[in-house]
Amino acid sequence: MIFFRAPKRANAHQTETLFELGSLMRVSALVLLCAVLQVAAQQEIKIDKTADAARVIPISLSGFSGEVLDVLRYDLAVVGFEIVDSSEAQYNVTGSNTGNVEGRLIDRITKTTLLAKRYSAGTRRIEAHALADDIVAGLRRIPGIARTRIAFKGQTGAGTEIYVADYDGANAIPITADGALVAAPCWGLGGKTICYTSYRSGYPDIYTQDMSGKRRVIAKYPGLNTSAAISPDGSRVAMILSKDGTTDLYVCNASDGSNLKRLTKSRDLETTPCWSPDGRTICFVSEARGTASLYLISPDGGPMRRLRTAGAGKPTEPDWSPDGTQIVFTSQWRDFVICVVPAQGGEITTLVNGEDPCWAPNSRTVIFANRKQGKRVLSLLDVPTKRVKDVPKNLAGCSQPSWAR
Amino acid sequence: MKTANPLTRLVLSLILSFGLVGCKKVPKGPTPIPLANRTVTEPVTPQGPAGDNVPQANQFPNDTDPNRFNLATDPEDGSQLGSREIEGNYIVDRETFAAQTVYFELDSSTINPGEKAKIDTIAAYLKNEPTFRLRVEGHCDERGTDEYNRALGERRALSILDYLKAFGVTSDRLTTLSYGEDKPAMFGSDEASWAKNRRGESVLLRPRN
Repeated sequence: MIFFRAPKRANAHQTETLFELGSLMRVSALVLLCAVLQVAAQQEIKIDKTADAARVIPISLSGFSGEVLDVLRYDLAVVGFEIVDSSEAQYNVTGSNTGNVEGRLIDRITKTTLLAKRYSAGTRRIEAHALADDIVAGLRRIPGIARTRIAFKGQTGAGTEIYVADYDGANAIPITADGALVAAPCWGLGGKTICYTSYRSGYPDIYTQDMSGKRRVIAKYPGLNTSAAISPDGSRVAMILSKDGTTDLYVCNASDGSNLKRLTKSRDLETTPCWSPDGRTICFVSEARGTASLYLISPDGGPMRRLRTAGAGKPTEPDWSPDGTQIVFTSQWRDFVICVVPAQGGEITTLVNGEDPCWAPNSRTVIFANRKQGKRVLSLLDVPTKRVKDVPKNLAGCSQPSWAR
Repeated sequence: MKTANPLTRLVLSLILSFGLVGCKKVPKGPTPIPLANRTVTEPVTPQGPAGDNVPQANQFPNDTDPNRFNLATDPEDGSQLGSREIEGNYIVDRETFAAQTVYFELDSSTINPGEKAKIDTIAAYLKNEPTFRLRVEGHCDERGTDEYNRALGERRALSILDYLKAFGVTSDRLTTLSYGEDKPAMFGSDEASWAKNRRGESVLLRPRN
């Protein structure tokens, strides 16, 4: 009877189908049969990991209500699950949230229970996130992101301040109250520090702040100090300064701003650095050849080399995926568009309208700012499926999101 | 998804008819979830003991979270970094050069020939008032990304600075300040507004004494 599972799921679960047909071929001694099977295999199977990641997984939720249901729906939708009726789902999630959240994940075809768990945490919300993370980790083989945090620039009456929130915008709190423009937040190692630009002195200076609220200035030179990017090991900060008469890329020590080193010496515009996950390369924007392009340079100095982004217009705001494989950035022709390019350069993939993208720790989801009726809201993009969900708890006017990772 | 491929049906019936059913050898289907091994198994009953405790530390910025990010406290400004002037010694005068706001083309920091007379006026004024200083504020329209515009605004201010320096105004009297697109002069999303937002404003700093 197990054979009937394969054809039923042929479209939904291609890699497994391949596996089963392969086993069949081994047990079969008939050349004719093998030939037939091979044809079948060729017709059905595309061995492509990307395609598997891009496959939308139909899943159903029952027994949950209110906030827990909303959280589960959102947490699953942003990593390529489609919430459907249980009769159409590949997986059923049943459970309840009358007390602690509990959930059972069932493969609807095999009736196998893949997960049954009851959660105990401070809030039902956290419990729901934890259940979602378990489901995602199991079915997508990627770390769950439902209990991660973001920082962003949020509009206030007096200007903008830096906010920290759960990845879905819940529990948003301001971490600055400068009554000035505060912008360009960037998380440090382990989510323990945040760097940003504040105009509290009247000029844009770069600050680093720890969780206790203690902060210090790490760049306060004449002119512009902005676009801070903390290295993956937390030791250095890349940034854009104009103290030498032109906007250039610099690095300094993250702890106190010492050991300042100028990496570019061009008359042209440089902006928006980010780090490769191994910390050996900085990707940034330069107009050294007249128009904006992405460039790579060692944080220790040396020549800069152009990263090919065939098809992109005026690329800015690169962010390197935590797994090192690709770089997401904003391309601009008339509108702003989120694109990805392989980390070694090449053809770009255009995803959706938006700007200032930042990867989640899962190297799959991207948070970005989306202009809607003149205001900016934060949205999540599931890169393989190109699906977009607005962050449900948006404040008015949020931009420049940074994901703690 | 629900209809089996006819070819597969054929294959299956062939296998069955040859008596080659190898159920045992077919890999048991979907791979178990690794996490499930740790936790599953017992049916979940509401009366039963609580399952896994989800650790709260390091995850959520709610009030009880030890890793909550706190509001900024003022920095120790004794830092020796930078050498910014003490503006408290100056009166900020935005009126004197209000008519000398320099406008720029889209995505450009080049000073248009038609705008140069404005900077000539500023340069002449500063030559006659050697104790006065000038702050040039650079701005952009919204058609650029945030940080790109912050750099572009700075470059616009620096272009005006360079022009003033060519007239002999020394750099110790000049500072730049870029707001990028964060302080538009006009809030519309049309060419007329954008043109007014791509600008460099000159702010006179008069000594208090």
